[in-house]
Amino acid sequence: MADSLLDIYRVLDLTDEKGYLCGKILADLGVDVIKIEKVGGDPGRKCGPFYGDNPGPDNSLYWWAFNCNKRGVTLNIESSDGQEIFKRLSKSCDFVLESFPPGYMESLGLGYSALSQANLKLIMVSITPFGQTGPYKNYKSCDLVSMAMGGIMYLCGDTDRPPVRISCPQAYLHAGAHAAVGAMSALYSRTRTGEGQHVDVSIQASLLSTLMHARGFWDLNRVVLHRGGQIRSGVTEKTGVRLLWQCKDGYVCYNLGGGVAQSLSNQNLVNYMVSEGMATPTLKETDWKTFHFGRASQQQIDQLEEPIGEFLMTHTKAELDKEASERRIILYQVATVEDIFNSPQLASRDFWVEIEHPELNRTITYPGPFIKSTQTPIKLSRRAPLIGEHNEEIYIRELGLSTEDLVILKQAGII
Amino acid sequence: MGKQAFEGVKVADFSWAATGPEVARLLANLGAEVIHIESNTHLDLLRTTGPYRDNVMGINKTNFFAQYNGNKYGISLNLRHPRGAEIARRIVFWSDIVIESFMPGTIEHLGLGYDELSKAKPTIIMFSTCNQGQTGPQTKRVGLGTQLTGASGLHHFCGWPDRGPSLVWGAYTDFVSIPLGAAFLIAALDYQHRTGKGQHLDMSQIEATLQFLAPQLLDYSVNKRIAGRAGNRCSWAAPHGVFQCHGEDSWCAIAVFTDEEWQSLCKVIGNPEWTKDAKFSTLLARKENEDELESLINDWTGGLTPTEVMSKLQAEGVAAGVVQNCQDIQEDIQLNHRHQFWEMEHPEMGKHHYEAPSFILSKTPAEPRRPAPCLGEHNTYVYTQVLGISDDEFVELLADGVFE
Repeated sequence: MADSLLDIYRVLDLTDEKGYLCGKILADLGVDVIKIEKVGGDPGRKCGPFYGDNPGPDNSLYWWAFNCNKRGVTLNIESSDGQEIFKRLSKSCDFVLESFPPGYMESLGLGYSALSQANLKLIMVSITPFGQTGPYKNYKSCDLVSMAMGGIMYLCGDTDRPPVRISCPQAYLHAGAHAAVGAMSALYSRTRTGEGQHVDVSIQASLLSTLMHARGFWDLNRVVLHRGGQIRSGVTEKTGVRLLWQCKDGYVCYNLGGGVAQSLSNQNLVNYMVSEGMATPTLKETDWKTFHFGRASQQQIDQLEEPIGEFLMTHTKAELDKEASERRIILYQVATVEDIFNSPQLASRDFWVEIEHPELNRTITYPGPFIKSTQTPIKLSRRAPLIGEHNEEIYIRELGLSTEDLVILKQAGII
Repeated sequence: MGKQAFEGVKVADFSWAATGPEVARLLANLGAEVIHIESNTHLDLLRTTGPYRDNVMGINKTNFFAQYNGNKYGISLNLRHPRGAEIARRIVFWSDIVIESFMPGTIEHLGLGYDELSKAKPTIIMFSTCNQGQTGPQTKRVGLGTQLTGASGLHHFCGWPDRGPSLVWGAYTDFVSIPLGAAFLIAALDYQHRTGKGQHLDMSQIEATLQFLAPQLLDYSVNKRIAGRAGNRCSWAAPHGVFQCHGEDSWCAIAVFTDEEWQSLCKVIGNPEWTKDAKFSTLLARKENEDELESLINDWTGGLTPTEVMSKLQAEGVAAGVVQNCQDIQEDIQLNHRHQFWEMEHPEMGKHHYEAPSFILSKTPAEPRRPAPCLGEHNTYVYTQVLGISDDEFVELLADGVFE
């Protein structure tokens, strides 16, 4: 029977969409995560898409995705009863996660300094668009604005249209993942010091890694890279290579490149083209081991790319994906969610898991663990909670409130 | 100043490109002692990819390598030399964590596989990361994060509904994998600290990235919908888009979700006549007339810089943000308030900046310690001082080409 990694720890998760993923990751690691929602349900339950395209607080697939493995209670932390219950819960927990505007938790008497006085081991993780302090701390944000301020949007999109965001919102997810790293770092630190601390996560800063090497062009040489549509700019300051190529029934992702691995890949693609009589003399004669993309002009690159484009148009993305795998060409199809569901690789690794939804009388296929472990595998054991689903379990059985207390609190809008 | 979070934690980093090295750097930023192991005989792809300082190529002159390897010691070791594996084993037995990103099968072939190592050192944690995982029919398929991003579904979601996809910038799958992998790795370290048990971690970068598509995957799972591109619009908000401002390629994102925010936007624009038209007075009306709405807002933003648009709107509680380029990012006043960019001086690149973590720990903050190593820069220190190889043996191994 495999161990659970962190099942001796507990989290109180007050986050909204800005922070769900942090608690979800901790829950995957085995931590007992209690999602605390506003009375009537978290606003994040309004995020689509929806089960059966039927908007409703129990049908948000966004809520399902990022709150499975958690238990759920309702609590009005703006009430004095709610604050007292929260303080009682936080005395024996290891983490509090929250994503309220800076200062809000303090205004309720639930800030880090107040809570840590009663529980020195407490780690509070605060996720906000720009951070707890600073000139933008009170700025309003959303996924669109975060992607803009984080820098990646400037590098995405066609040259004849505005910069564009990724249509499946990403910003809050990067923040949730980085917040989990911060939470774990504070946990490890606590093993030696015995003390928790406050972890201040900026959504904007969490996006910086997606810039990859682009900031380096400015940092070293004062060059700003721009979006190039399907062309990846930044091979040099002035040149780019095509990355997305149309094929018979969709698109594939491939680029000519330098270095040992890519020069082999280039050669293997040319060999494939040769086998179908579609390689030009220029392609056949190019010695990829010595060809220097750093010194090639855009015109030279275009001359190499044109016949490749024509060749790729003669095949479907499935054909190209398969040939690439066998011929060791660094090329992957531009997959849709359907393609992903049909991936033999994911199936062979048992990536998909069935989670029970007793309220719908069925199981549903979810994406599975983000990592595999020989010792402490991630278990996806429960679907996201219904509103107040675990109120009795936690308030009565664990905290010791009576059934009558719960009725009173419910009527007074505390839970 | 107190101790750092990972002080005393020892990491042997055999990885290359972005994912493995950046996971190691996250630990190094918080005090772990990280040895990054390379070889002249088998250069990291990033050592031969720019941007290079002043556009002069050189394996120690590229920021692409440096940004993922600050705060580490760097050594060179030829793992394929007959005596290379024995030295590698010494490094592994010194460490608490081993990070590797070889093609699956390689590390076993080098005699450094988890099964073998853990017999001799059961506490060892090995973090293996690659495109598609250590098992399965495509485990040995060649790939890089840039192209894997296609397989992960991200490119399909980027761009406009009336045309083909635009690329998602970069090796995006690496940047999702890094924090997910690091979170689990640190948890494994905590577990090892409590139980004495190590483990082997197998992170497939595509499986990690699919976590960020979970709602869309569920949408297919339950609704059979193949979701796609939506440009910058949002089905339940208007305006919600990116507007052109004064200046070259200058843009500001604006998003209005409530009546109150709509009224604030109108006030900032100066309540011109068009804002009173019934065409724009409700969300549904604005959605119906969205093309015209966006054109009118563009007329307004066109006369202002992106920063002016952002400041004016934010002052009235409307979400707005400059579409920042990399100069804007590095000069961003909020990021600099958080000391997001550490300046360090590199022997061949001069002064340049490394990214601090995106989270600030109140009691054990991250710190810059040293710039990225030149190849083999710390050979003498690491081999003789850290691993305790005698000066004579060091010289002998060096002459034999073990440290190539």
